[in-house]
Amino acid sequence: MDNIFQQFPEVISTTIWTILKIVAIVFPLMISVAYLTYFERKVIGFMQGRIGPNRVGYFGLLQPIADAFKLMFKEIISPTKSNNFLFLLAPILTIAPAFAAWAVIPFDAELVLSDINAGLLYVLAMTSIAVYGVIIAGWASNSKYAFLGSLRSAAQIVSYEIAMGFTLVGVLMCANSLNLGEIVLGQSGGISQWYVWPLFPLFIIYFISAVAETNRAPFDVAEGESEIVAGFHVEYSGMAFAVFFLAEYANMILVSMLAALMFLGGWLSPVEFIPDGILWLLLKVIFLLFFFLWFRATFPRYRYDQIMRLGWKIFIPITLIWIIFVGLMMQTSYGEMFH
Amino acid sequence: MLKKIKHFIKSLTLYELIIGLALTGRYFFSKKITIQYPEERTPQSPRFRGLHALRRYPNGEERCIACKLCEAVCPAMAITIKSEMREDNTRRTTQYDIDLTKCIFCGFCEESCPVDSIVETRILDYHGEERGDLIYTKEMLLKVGDQYEDQIAKDRKEEENYR
Repeated sequence: MDNIFQQFPEVISTTIWTILKIVAIVFPLMISVAYLTYFERKVIGFMQGRIGPNRVGYFGLLQPIADAFKLMFKEIISPTKSNNFLFLLAPILTIAPAFAAWAVIPFDAELVLSDINAGLLYVLAMTSIAVYGVIIAGWASNSKYAFLGSLRSAAQIVSYEIAMGFTLVGVLMCANSLNLGEIVLGQSGGISQWYVWPLFPLFIIYFISAVAETNRAPFDVAEGESEIVAGFHVEYSGMAFAVFFLAEYANMILVSMLAALMFLGGWLSPVEFIPDGILWLLLKVIFLLFFFLWFRATFPRYRYDQIMRLGWKIFIPITLIWIIFVGLMMQTSYGEMFH
Repeated sequence: MLKKIKHFIKSLTLYELIIGLALTGRYFFSKKITIQYPEERTPQSPRFRGLHALRRYPNGEERCIACKLCEAVCPAMAITIKSEMREDNTRRTTQYDIDLTKCIFCGFCEESCPVDSIVETRILDYHGEERGDLIYTKEMLLKVGDQYEDQIAKDRKEEENYR
């Protein structure tokens, strides 16, 4: 490989390499998003005593492909008096951060696109940008349902971002680093060293906040099928809608990935005599994603004021108390448990 | 006070949510009840009310005597009948149309018929590809009756004590 690139200047070769790496991350991500929808339909079907899609290909395995093609061939309708520029910008603004955040995710000790120091901050920043896509989508649609949906979504995401941020503070205290790779390596030494144990309440709160952040059931008031049709993306169709869909599922995978990295030891194996590897990370992510689907199959939608109460009056106090508790414990002789 | 503490602990440990998750978790492994429709079918009652048919007597004579009771009783006004005197001085229909897009499959026509001519069969999967395809004429209804007479007669026999 080096021989080929010697003819090019350094800048071009690194650019090409980076683009190849990006493709190597984004393409499997798209595939996994497609198959996450299949997985979701199967899991929810099973929990409702059905068998889910099984007609297209063996066991319905080509169903996501068929869905994607259907959406591609559909017309994108822009509503009357909608702002066309913003209307088309919104899906892009939703999906771009959802993919951009993957740049700092370490899949393995070496497998990471850009190993930056403040990786965690970067991820938080990126996921926060996504809310603008939702707000703009609701505003540009010129529809009251879309507008209500985006208002709800904005308030919800802002509320849960705080609780989520605080849970990550707990992780930072344990790991003494903002670099995701170092956070994972801080958990090496078997399942007992994972941060999920000392930070168990924070893990639960992180996961519930993650469900709320991604607008998934039971926190899906932004979509609220039975109240406001489809919420912020009610006016979208065809590929523009598919992009929102893609972003939602990509975000689900992203927050599951973060939970696996920060609380469940990332690519580290639970017992020391089995080698570490990317497979462990994928297993943990699938395990967490299953919970997303399980929640959706189980819980009815929260009322809007209940969501706000949960976020502000329960999660934030609990996280604060636990952070103080962790901080105090670190000063005692039990401090080793929290490192 | 004790109740409050109990509630506090219950909600903090997500007790009821876990119960709910356990329930759906059990269903995840339960037997699936899906019927693979075109290959498998659910059992049908002999009283099933599907596509209509006009029956004939065993000698080939059509049963309908154009009394128009079905037309009168039809709540959706889906039936249109015109009649005239035939050469052998019996009254017969010249037109017997059922608009299946209007029909609500209530079975009143079947009940009202004094000669068991208009019946509803077990057929439920039929379709029309153009407008007007679902307006069944006398010929089409008679054809359905001829084709499925065995099944129709069997179902009538089974249910005759309860009519």
